[in-house]
Amino acid sequence: MNRSWSFIAGVLATILFSMMGLIFVPNWQFEQLKPVVDQNGISHPTPPAGSVLLGREVYISEGCLYCHSQQVRSADFGADIQRGWGTRRSVARDYIFDRPHLMGTMRTGPDLENIGARQPSREWQYLHLFNPQITSPGSIMPPFHFLFKVVDKGGPAPVGSVDLTANASPTKKASYLVPSGRAQDLVDFLMSLNHSYDLPEAHQ
Amino acid sequence: MSAIAVSPEAAPDVTADYVTRVQIDRSCRQTVLGYYASAVAWLLIGSLAALITSVKMHHPEFLGNYEWITFGRIRPVHLNTVVYGWSSMVGIGTTLWLEARLCKVRLPHRALLPATVIIWNAGVVWGVYEVLAGHSTGVEWLEFPPQVLGIFGFVLLVLFWVSLKMFNQRHVHHTYVSQWYLFGSVVWFPILYSAAILLPTTGMVGGAAWATTNWWYAHNVLGLYVTPMGLATIYYLIPKVTGKPIYSYHLSLLGFWANALFYSWIGTHHLVGGPLPAWIITLGIVGSIMMFVPVTTVAINHHMTMIGKFHMLKTSPTLRFVVFGAVSYTAVSYQGSLEALRSVSHVAHFTHYTIAHAHLGMYSFYTMTMFGAMYYIVPRLTRNEWSSVPLIKIHFWTTSLGVLAYFCALSWAGWYEGEMMNNPLIPFIKIVDYTKPYLVARSLSGSFMTIGHIAFAILVFRILRSSDVSMIGPTLFTSKRGMMRWRRKEA
Repeated sequence: MNRSWSFIAGVLATILFSMMGLIFVPNWQFEQLKPVVDQNGISHPTPPAGSVLLGREVYISEGCLYCHSQQVRSADFGADIQRGWGTRRSVARDYIFDRPHLMGTMRTGPDLENIGARQPSREWQYLHLFNPQITSPGSIMPPFHFLFKVVDKGGPAPVGSVDLTANASPTKKASYLVPSGRAQDLVDFLMSLNHSYDLPEAHQ
Repeated sequence: MSAIAVSPEAAPDVTADYVTRVQIDRSCRQTVLGYYASAVAWLLIGSLAALITSVKMHHPEFLGNYEWITFGRIRPVHLNTVVYGWSSMVGIGTTLWLEARLCKVRLPHRALLPATVIIWNAGVVWGVYEVLAGHSTGVEWLEFPPQVLGIFGFVLLVLFWVSLKMFNQRHVHHTYVSQWYLFGSVVWFPILYSAAILLPTTGMVGGAAWATTNWWYAHNVLGLYVTPMGLATIYYLIPKVTGKPIYSYHLSLLGFWANALFYSWIGTHHLVGGPLPAWIITLGIVGSIMMFVPVTTVAINHHMTMIGKFHMLKTSPTLRFVVFGAVSYTAVSYQGSLEALRSVSHVAHFTHYTIAHAHLGMYSFYTMTMFGAMYYIVPRLTRNEWSSVPLIKIHFWTTSLGVLAYFCALSWAGWYEGEMMNNPLIPFIKIVDYTKPYLVARSLSGSFMTIGHIAFAILVFRILRSSDVSMIGPTLFTSKRGMMRWRRKEA
């Protein structure tokens, strides 16, 4: 009897020890971090709200994080900055409002930490999500047809729609690409991914 | 007593010890076979999800109109079915049987335990449904809704209670290293799982610390849950099949505690170069390098025990699968330690290289070991023999060559993918193009492994269903069993 309890105590000690070091201490350290307020009174990072938050749900729901990271490595570690994925490395403060974190571990596609700054055209985003081959031939990103409706040209352009050439349209006729509410939220979220503000610790 | 008449090992002399063994096996029968049958079903579902995912990577339009199986949903379904369906269930089944045998006690709570099979399955089904429906949590390895903790947590507590009970009522005074590992995993996993779910969802941990929690969990699933079950199985089966005691008892204990101490720290190597203070990453790297200690002790123990017994690999399916697993464990562990180094991660991180490494661990080591365990344990529970040698051969060669091809293709592709990614002059789409043939190779090697799984599922289905007691003696690679059986049926 005694031996099993002393064994359990030892086993528990190892895991609690690592919990302390890898969860509680980092959390305590990050809890001290506050947003930075710039000259215009805007705080960075900004807590996501409204459609941005809904778009974040779509990003998670469709599993974008399995191919896209959201973290920029420093200039001396990889070519992230030279590739234009960011102007500075990401730091813990960039993530203080992230629930859950979406840092990612794969780059089957490019990093998205600053996609809102890199690709600010909503039209481009819609076409790319609808069918990546339209904007990026040879891409292996899955198409998200189901987030859109395709309407034949003839009537007036639906609000918020994008022109789809005959080549790009599944109906092979010039059409309007109408993003669903979820597609709009997702693009709102992607547009919000812009961490080009400056943070002092990013230069250390 | 009928228990004696049907002899799984064809033991010539019926000793009291033998009767005890048969009684223990009989007590485990329902529960362990329940876990095994479910595990194999999840293995098939997981393989199907894997193949769909893999084909989508080189043909993104494949089944592209169905939101429920879009890449970003079917991929986590693959991971979660093979981790919580196949690996967990085959592991729990094996754990219960090994504990009962090593403690020399019958499995307690025989009315309750088979119900846990149904409960666990319900948890996996629910989780998979939620991911397919788009309600994933978005946390890798923890995509199932947090409420699943109630289901898995209950079963894990029962498992802990049963393990403790068997350990305390054991009829053997000394404890064997396998018991340490199994008991360790039974204590570790419920803590890991509940902490990784409860701390972030209650708001106690958030932001970048959610990432460290995430990888603390995801890597400890391997190190403190899957690995201990795999190693316990290898430690049990190599001496059992070869009839040779383990090389060094003292080394095995050193290995156990070193694993417990160092493995629990290494998760943050998944965030090398990431947005975290250097000390957190460094901890992960130091832990990874320290893993050389337990890995070397285990390697010495496993491989030295095999010396002089290699000829048995020609005959014993159990041994062949288990030794394949043991060699893979050594390989994947040393590779993992080196991969954690900043200089290697600089290239390999974010690429298919990591995926190859993960499959060397979860498949080549753990899954192959568990195949070996099932080849050994199931005949003792069903008191029946594996029906076909050709099917076992198909199973072994498709899975072993399949996973090797998989590993080589993705390691190669991943390394160059990383090298090219670090060169800003190479456009990103060129890198994607470069990997495409290797992604096709992955689909092909994955299909190979799936063929093996189907062969294995047929074997398991037949041994569970048939009550053919005419077969005497174990099915070895040298047995003439299989083809004749079909002919006899036709006659």
